[in-house]
Amino acid sequence: MAMFIGRRAAAAVFVLFTISVLVFLIFFATPGVDPAARIAGRNADPATLMQVRHEFGLDRPIPIRYGLMMEHLFVQRDLTSFVNRGALVIPQILQAVPVTLSLVAGAAVIWMVLGLLMGTAAAARRGTALDPLMMLLGVVGVSIPVYWLGEVVNLLTQSRWHSGLFSWVPPLGYVGLSQSPGQWALHLLFPWLTLAALYAGIYARIVRGEILEALNEDYVRTARAKGLTERRILIRHALRCSLIPVVSLFGLDFGALVGGSALLTEVVFGLPGVGKLTFDSLQNLDLPVIMGCVMYAAFFVVLANAVVDVLYAALDPRVRRA
Amino acid sequence: MPESSLVRETVRGAGAAGPESLLDVRDLTVSFRTRQGVVRAVDGLSFSLAPGEVLGIVGESGSGKSVSVMSLLGLIRDPNARVEGQALFRGRDLVAMRDKDLRPLRGREIAMIFQDPMTAMTPVYTVGWQIAEQIRAHDDVSKRVAHERAVELLDEVGIPDPRRRVGDFPHEFSGGMRQRAVIAMALANNPSLLIADEPTTALDVTTQAQILDLMRRLRVEHGSSIILITHDMGVVSDIADQVLVMYAGRAAEQGPKKDVFHRPRHPYTWGLLDSVPRPRAERVRRLPTIPGSPASPLDVAPGCPFAPRCRMRHERCDERPELAGGPAHVDACWLPRDRRQELRREVVEAAVAEGDPGDLTEHGAPLDASTPPAPEQGP
Amino acid sequence: MTSDTSIAVPAGSSARRRRSSAGPWRTALVTLRRDRVAMISLGIFLLVVLACLLAPVYEHSVAHTDAFTSNISGTTIVHGKPSPVLAPSSTGLGLGVTPIGPTWDLHHYFLGADGQGRDVMARLLFGGRNSLLIGGVSALIACGVATVLGVAAGYFGGVLDAVLSRLFDVVWAFPVYLLAISLSVVLLTSGLTVGPVHIEGDSLWLPILIIAVIYVPYVARPLRGQVLSLRGREFIQAGVGNGASDLRILRKDVLPNVMPTVLVFLPLMTALNMLTESALSFLSIGVQPPNASWGTIINDGLGLLYTRPMVTVAPGLMIAVTAVTLNLLGDGVRSALDPKARLRGAA
Repeated sequence: MAMFIGRRAAAAVFVLFTISVLVFLIFFATPGVDPAARIAGRNADPATLMQVRHEFGLDRPIPIRYGLMMEHLFVQRDLTSFVNRGALVIPQILQAVPVTLSLVAGAAVIWMVLGLLMGTAAAARRGTALDPLMMLLGVVGVSIPVYWLGEVVNLLTQSRWHSGLFSWVPPLGYVGLSQSPGQWALHLLFPWLTLAALYAGIYARIVRGEILEALNEDYVRTARAKGLTERRILIRHALRCSLIPVVSLFGLDFGALVGGSALLTEVVFGLPGVGKLTFDSLQNLDLPVIMGCVMYAAFFVVLANAVVDVLYAALDPRVRRA
Repeated sequence: MPESSLVRETVRGAGAAGPESLLDVRDLTVSFRTRQGVVRAVDGLSFSLAPGEVLGIVGESGSGKSVSVMSLLGLIRDPNARVEGQALFRGRDLVAMRDKDLRPLRGREIAMIFQDPMTAMTPVYTVGWQIAEQIRAHDDVSKRVAHERAVELLDEVGIPDPRRRVGDFPHEFSGGMRQRAVIAMALANNPSLLIADEPTTALDVTTQAQILDLMRRLRVEHGSSIILITHDMGVVSDIADQVLVMYAGRAAEQGPKKDVFHRPRHPYTWGLLDSVPRPRAERVRRLPTIPGSPASPLDVAPGCPFAPRCRMRHERCDERPELAGGPAHVDACWLPRDRRQELRREVVEAAVAEGDPGDLTEHGAPLDASTPPAPEQGP
Repeated sequence: MTSDTSIAVPAGSSARRRRSSAGPWRTALVTLRRDRVAMISLGIFLLVVLACLLAPVYEHSVAHTDAFTSNISGTTIVHGKPSPVLAPSSTGLGLGVTPIGPTWDLHHYFLGADGQGRDVMARLLFGGRNSLLIGGVSALIACGVATVLGVAAGYFGGVLDAVLSRLFDVVWAFPVYLLAISLSVVLLTSGLTVGPVHIEGDSLWLPILIIAVIYVPYVARPLRGQVLSLRGREFIQAGVGNGASDLRILRKDVLPNVMPTVLVFLPLMTALNMLTESALSFLSIGVQPPNASWGTIINDGLGLLYTRPMVTVAPGLMIAVTAVTLNLLGDGVRSALDPKARLRGAA
């Protein structure tokens, strides 16, 4: 197991490196306009341009430029915004990370629990009305824009039904977990549900399919011949084995979520996370902030994937020593 | 119908002890609804089994061997399947039982092991965990006790260093070891009947012999009855007391092993026996084969199901033959019983002499068109 | 199941189907035509496309409006009486304006106006053209490029495969939105110049190309795997043994076998790309104003959510309906052609 974690970590480092190179190339080596002009923002004065050129070593060879950028990002952490003059980028990002984490982790728990419950129920009662319902939920889940769903939720909870059914819903925003756990959960409840709603359907559908496939396996026949109860066969054998592919998919979706849907959800619910920071900086093309956000978010995604892979190995004994 | 009642009598006779039998299967039929209509995978199978006895069920793949025994334990979950007939196990009818009542019997009274040991165990649990699960499904013992018992069982089936191997996952076992572990699991609750569905087919020859050895020993030590399903006549001759030869979901011939092996009566049994190489027999240039391919359950001949492949086929075969010829040894064939051994020799000689044995049956011509064997005058 | 128990009934029937003379494509088409859900989905999707194509007709001949210029001081007719398109806001500090709400009159601001007094219905149809165009064209490009790269990597192997596979891996591990944001931000400011071709920063080609690029690995990776396993199969080996040229084997044996997978991916990919486009436009790095797409309209509606929710709700519904029909159609094509193709998760 230790060997496996070691190898997985090495792979993650390699991916991180290539992603950082890719980001660097996109921002600094795209043919066309002078990268200094891009970084300095619109209508920058010549002095600022000179400063940028020097700081990022734009007059020096590409490998050195890459090194300088990494240094600004991760070692010195002194990347500054040129739109909000002097604002340090990295501290802003680090401040925003817990918000994003709170959002994503809570949503992931809800969607996995819902997905597993609904999927298992549908597999146990296949051929009933649950089947088409699950199918519909899954399709709708991949078809609705998450930010739009968030807006509709806001419309209902903050405006239309706010005086009645949803009078207990707090205004948009975020309260830190350490400040008040109750308020933290209350503020995040609808963002969580919005994100989870889209994924729970797909996962229920996938879980159902995997379980039905597992139920056709030889080991289920053995389990039945052992005289186990149907319930035990379904949960301890079929579901347990179905978790393996589901978890590997979860790793991919979790990454996509952090770097995608969560970003949009934050914007809609006014949560000051990395996504909101990215969105705001996109509005005025504040390149250093965008670059920092992309880099940190990508790193986080890769780490999350690595963690999921280790979890996967814990679930599947065959992977560990492979 | 006098004929069928007579059949029933003889069949009961075929299974050795009548009243004290452990399992008494009568007229078992398993049918599946398909797009092409209702398909009978097992058609009117009857046999009985005394305590401590070994029954070998032989037949080519697709002959309904597995389906018949799986239907006994309610292991056929296909909603389109229908099981009919009667299977009295210690006087209780397994076919009529609800799943809820059948479950306590599975694994405890009747254990089953399957063909492919590679996929028979849940990949994510250790072998010991799975054996302990089997024990605790029926016995109210602690996890510790169950674990200890699992070690003992692995030791008993000949797994070296069982205390260490009990914590291994199935994929860490070799095929033969896995089958031993599956057997250990099946024996965990001392079942009175063990059903083994092609337990050696997926294994290499040396391991096959060891597993058969193990089963023979277990029969002596645990006193269990065994139903052994196989397509290998050699395996049956090794271990069985009673033999049931199946073709296209029906019994072609059944009886005590020595009768079936020494005086086989059904042309299909001849084919099965003669296609096994015998080391001490005189050398023949080529082994005779059974021409054609096994009958598809979708397309069983209306008369004798074996007729399309039979070298002794004649007009009578358009009518379905019933099992007859008892008391202990019965067969479903229209050929005259007193001339069977002679006819068998003819068939073998012809099959060996023929360049292409499959050719004749393609045209449906009987072996000896000039002198068709006299049809039997009914039982 | 052992060979005994499974009596091979379904297998037998499918084998029979393969042997029938109709040919796999014909059979698939017949199966698809019998799939009621897929056919209804296709019908609705085509209706949406038709409506969007008729956007200029609606703009000029029905609504008599201009979908792309603001109409701050205009008036329209509601219940026979003239009323202003934008009224001073009655809520809050009264600083802003409240556009007219849905009149449900096709000739006069059917779905109301947006913050600049533009007809939401007309913009919805024009926006749909762009959303569908970007989704469809980028899906075609992504699938086309992915087929070439995936088949080449799988078939030729060696260095080519190693390089392409690593490349796919990196783009695969890179969260799509982050990659799209990076590319968009850089290209929006300066446009893209490749050789003699220059694409302006506000051209629709930018989102098309960006979205196509980020999704190439989604299709190329499974295709590569499929070709890899095809390569080992007897009929390809037989072709190689007979001395057939690579091109011939690719055309005669490989392509016909991967085409079903590509065809399944196409509608699913279109839906996914359309959603991605709307998200990028919502983030203001997709379709650039004054041009519209469903995503930009939702963005326009942000500030009007509580007063005029229709500006937000209508385009979102259009996206959802279109994506649902495409996904259902994709499912239908999948079960008709029966490859085990599945697009990685959802974005």
